[in-house]
Amino acid sequence: MGGVSGSMALAQAFDEIMGQPGSSVPRAPLSPLGNWIDGTPDAELRRRQEAAEATFRQLGITFAVYGDSDASERIIPFDIVPRIFLNSEWNRLSEGLIQRVQAINAFLDDIYGARRILDEGILPPDLIFGNPQFRPEIAGMRPPHGIWAHICGIDLVRTGPDEFFVLEDNARTPSGVSYMLENREAMLRLCPELFREFRVAAVDSYPDRLLETMKSVAPGNVAAPVCVVLTPGHYNSAYYEHSFLADSMGIELVEAADLVVDDDVVWMRTIAGRVKVDVIYRRIDDDYLDPLVFRPDSMLGVPGLIAAYAAGNVALINAPGNGIADDKAIYSYMPEIVKFYSGSEPKLPNVETWRCREPQALKYVLDNLEKVVVKLVDGSGGYGMLVGPTASKAEVETFRAALIAEPHRYIAQPTLALSTVPTLADSGLAPRHVDFRPFVLTGSRGVQVVPGGLTRVALKEGSLVVNSSQGGGTKDSFVLMDDGAPPPAPPAQTQMQSQGIG
Amino acid sequence: MRLTIDHRTVYRFSEPQARLTQLLRLSPEDTYDQSVTGWSLHVDCDARMREGRDGFGNKVTMLYVEGPITGIEIAVSGEVLTNPSHGVVNGAAEPLPPPLFLRATPLTERDDAIAAFANDAVAGENDPVARMHALNGAVRKQFTLDEGRPVSGRTAAEAFGLKTATSRDLAHILATAARSLNVPARYVSGYSTVDADDAPAPHGWVEVHIDGLGWVAFDPWTGICADEAYARIAVALDAAGAAPVAGSRLGEGDEEMDVDVHVEGGEGQ
Repeated sequence: MGGVSGSMALAQAFDEIMGQPGSSVPRAPLSPLGNWIDGTPDAELRRRQEAAEATFRQLGITFAVYGDSDASERIIPFDIVPRIFLNSEWNRLSEGLIQRVQAINAFLDDIYGARRILDEGILPPDLIFGNPQFRPEIAGMRPPHGIWAHICGIDLVRTGPDEFFVLEDNARTPSGVSYMLENREAMLRLCPELFREFRVAAVDSYPDRLLETMKSVAPGNVAAPVCVVLTPGHYNSAYYEHSFLADSMGIELVEAADLVVDDDVVWMRTIAGRVKVDVIYRRIDDDYLDPLVFRPDSMLGVPGLIAAYAAGNVALINAPGNGIADDKAIYSYMPEIVKFYSGSEPKLPNVETWRCREPQALKYVLDNLEKVVVKLVDGSGGYGMLVGPTASKAEVETFRAALIAEPHRYIAQPTLALSTVPTLADSGLAPRHVDFRPFVLTGSRGVQVVPGGLTRVALKEGSLVVNSSQGGGTKDSFVLMDDGAPPPAPPAQTQMQSQGIG
Repeated sequence: MRLTIDHRTVYRFSEPQARLTQLLRLSPEDTYDQSVTGWSLHVDCDARMREGRDGFGNKVTMLYVEGPITGIEIAVSGEVLTNPSHGVVNGAAEPLPPPLFLRATPLTERDDAIAAFANDAVAGENDPVARMHALNGAVRKQFTLDEGRPVSGRTAAEAFGLKTATSRDLAHILATAARSLNVPARYVSGYSTVDADDAPAPHGWVEVHIDGLGWVAFDPWTGICADEAYARIAVALDAAGAAPVAGSRLGEGDEEMDVDVHVEGGEGQ
């Protein structure tokens, strides 16, 4: 039916399936997907998509949009057409992700310890010490095994076959992994034929890998460390994910009231009595972790938890204080940070970023407001953001005034031609822009990238904003275990290729 | 000077509590000009105690009490010998660098009125030490001293609008004012003979960082430097961060707190 090649609306963007702009056939290794799209009527695709969404609604995979009264009823829309990474693409990407996450861990260990990076003049000190994300409350404390960012969700965008850029480092409590797992489960159930056409790396080992990572960072030499997931409770928008992860790892999901700190040791209350807790995957922000150290009005935290952590008696995943590593003001220095700790050039570049606190950068941004994306340094989720090319004149002028008033609160980036993936729109299949959040785990035995991730898609035609709070959806993300079966070659050609010694 | 200190904190609960968890900052430590010659921390119930350090490098004691418990008395007493040092602090653990202490906190939020006051106070002074003396003196002159118990949660900006101020209020105002002049400033909690007998709280003052000199202690309660009549316990960005007791209890009902501080100064060394 040709829905993919039919739409030329976003012709200048690289398409993950079709390849270079203007291509009318899928990239060679992905031709089976083209055949699948052509051979499956839109109505059938839509039926399967609705079946997947019905399951998500039933499971309660919902999210809250701020300022929306029926928030608990919302699910993130799911798109049935997967995005696919070739094995070679994935391997290169993984190398860059590992390098980046190793640097994030080294940076956190340094900035709360010796602060070598400041002594060497790589970062301006006021960027750290004036930044609320640098938490003096935990300075000098070191997590077990020296690992801070056990789970990172690195947001990436792509503009070409090998052009990936990091958009945001999420080193606090990145969410979304339940979508990676549930989306795959839905695809396996609804589109089993795709998994016969492609050898897709499994993602369902994620809970095992996470549990292994947690156990590996337990303090001391405990034979069977006790691990738990700490949730703020069922009112939290990501509660489904918290219970899902605890359930799939086979460990307890606890709230603050279930934990007690005594003698600098964390205990879990159970029917059978107290059980010592070694590792806590906490889905509570730093501010609420321990009312004795952070916000005293916190009802979600555990009094004494930071003392237990400081004494080296419990591992917190991720470590408190990590916000300084994924802060938007720090982001623009990440290439220097990666270079400083890894000793080599970053394999994954940043998106070019103008720091509006610098007068020259501010001037450029003000002169080019209709071309750039402007972001609040301390904003998230697509709030407080200007996408110049699609913004109205009034929106541009509002941001101009805000930038002039408080330039230090903003950064700006060029509008990238984000890659697209064919997506089922009202009018049929059409390219829509996507980003990608892979999940990187760091334990005491090393760093690993889970072969998959969360693809977010901007469902509105031409939109570059993929956040779920702004009308984004998700897709499954296939990582192929090879670069696709090469087309069958005649025997003679094979023989010819093996000659060469002359 | 030989400072003899007795500091008693009593909590009474209207209902029995199932457990108490408290973080105590009640232990002075040695610096070049302060030596602790004897110190004891006593609790009137069965409690588990653990020593550690907070992020600012202050010595802390974690106190864990299993209920049911209807009250607790925490008593510290001891002796600290001090040398005159013109307020200059030497030999303290300094895990965080001065620029960190330019930050505002909820209790020391930047405030236009305080910033304007600070600018006026230092007008015409160029020497950094003279500027701080001028600022400290101006804060002293602005308020009538309030020897009562500090009001929990009162911000520097709120205190600045009043006529009387506790030592905590004055220290918050001075820290906020110094930071508005781009001078790093921190809150100090400790003991001093300048307080009346039976003081309802430990004393609060300020240390500011002056290039070439280091941290220098100013007390807006007296309008001069905090010197040998002072024993420092803890520093932080504000009084909440240096609180002698940060506690959490598991149980219903209200609590009453009573604090008694006695500091006596004698001939030292």
